This record gives sequence, C-alpha cells and structure tokens, in this order.
Amino acid sequence: MVDLGKYAVPVIGSYVASLALLAALVGLTVWQGARMVRALRQAEADAEAAAQATETDHAH
Amino acid sequence: MSLWEYANPKKFMETSGRILPWASGLAAVALCVGLVWGFFFTPDDYRQGSTVKIIYIHVPSAMMAINIWVMMLVTSLIWLVRRHHVSALAAKAAAPIGLTMTLIALATGALWGQPMWGTWWAWDPRLTSFLILCLFYLGYMALWQAIDNPDTAADLTAVLCLVGSVFALLSRYAVNFWSQGLHQGASLSLDKKENVSDVFYFPLLVSIAGFVALFVALMLLRTRTEIRGRRLRALMARQRGA
Repeated sequence: MVDLGKYAVPVIGSYVASLALLAALVGLTVWQGARMVRALRQAEADAEAAAQATETDHAH
Repeated sequence: MSLWEYANPKKFMETSGRILPWASGLAAVALCVGLVWGFFFTPDDYRQGSTVKIIYIHVPSAMMAINIWVMMLVTSLIWLVRRHHVSALAAKAAAPIGLTMTLIALATGALWGQPMWGTWWAWDPRLTSFLILCLFYLGYMALWQAIDNPDTAADLTAVLCLVGSVFALLSRYAVNFWSQGLHQGASLSLDKKENVSDVFYFPLLVSIAGFVALFVALMLLRTRTEIRGRRLRALMARQRGA
C-alpha cells in the first residue's frame, strides 16, 4: 500500500469524493437512458396499435 | 460529406451508436491506467508531499469543466445560427457533466488547498471565477427545466451560455490576468521549465485522456436520451391531437 503520510486524509478524500461523483453521474446517465428507451418503445408500440385500429375501422 | 449531416437526428443516432462503445471502453481503460499509475506508481513531490497525487483528478476535471462550457458555447451558437435541434440538445446534455466536473475541481481543490495553503477556500481570482462558473452551470440547467417550450428554452439557455463564457475564459486565464491569489499557474505548459516533471506529466496525460473519453461517452449517451425524449414528446403530442 502507498504511504501517504500525514496527507492521507485529503488525498484519499479527494479520490473517494471524485469517484463517487463520477459514479453517480454515470449511473444516473445510464438509468435515464434506459428509462427513456423503454418509454419510447412503449409509445411507439401504442402509436402503431392506434394506427392499425384506425386502418381496421376504415376497412369496415 | 458535410458536418451538418450529423445535425440529422437519425444520422446522429447511427454514428453515436457506433462511437459509444469505443469511447466508453477508452474512458474505462485510460481512467483506470491514469489514476492507478498516478496514485500507486508516482513519487511524492519534494514540496507538496503525497498531496501531488490529487493532480490526476483536479487538473483533468478543471480542464473539462472549462472546455465543456466552451463546447456548449459552440453548440449553442450553432443552434442560434442554424437552428439544428441536435446541437441544442447536445449543449443541454453536456451541462450536468460540466457541473460534476466543476464540483470535483472545487472539492479536490479545497482538499488540496487546506494542507498546502492552510485554508479550504480563498477569494482568489481562479477559485472565485470557478465558483461563478459552477453557479452558471446550475442556472443553465435550471433554465432548461423552467421553460416548457423546448425551442424557447434552447434560445434563452444559448444566450446564458454566451454570458457564462466570460467566466469560463476567466477561470482559464484568471491566474494570468492577476498576479495576486494563492492558486499557482498552469500545471501543463509547452514551456519545459514551466511544465510539471515527466514523472507526473505522463500519468496526468493518460488521466486527462480518460476524462475526455468519459465526457465524449457520457455526452453521446445523454444526447441520445434527449433525442429520444424529443421523439417521445412528439409522439405523445400527436396522440393527444388524434
């Protein structure tokens, strides 16, 4: 293990705080992206179903 | 092929989908190598002791905080002049990344400053301009959230971005404008005498490459989410109208 001497707290604190912030940003970005993909797929499926229902109505 | 083809959302989604895995992989590798090399395999500085290891996070995050705002300025100008929606959405997508980088730079700066300067904070030109840049990031994101019409929000945030650019540039050059203040000059310089020693320089370069790649990956991912969000709103508006 690296000997950080009397500056261990600020050095380790800097790394922990920064990596925590970066991990939170990456996690939030991935989560928001996945949620949007699901929502858009659902909306596109709904729109397609509505369009098919309209076509069927016109055919009758 | 023209650069403006990428302003087409479909083209952007195709191209960004191909780049994203490479940028993510490069970010993971370069960040791991740069930070592990810097933390475990570099010596202490003769004056700053082991606190010099903070440089591998502080300098890349501070550089990114300023450069992300400059990127937002460019994309905002493209929006204002050419009205390409992807450019406005890219600026919106980049803001939370820039805010995170600014917070990291401020936090690591305070943690580094306390043992070296004897204080967590000083109203030094660079520190103060960085704090103002942080507030501009918050204001920029709040403005996007506050306005319902996306085009109006893009217009107003683009103007805010133009104003904030003064502070982004001030953050970069503040130490050159004013000789007073605690903050040292640039750590990276083309002048060999001004530059940090090679033993710190090379892991720092790898770490900077990792931060740049991470920004590219996150920005592409967030812009893709924004483009999908725009499509979702359009679909919902069409369904409401039908």
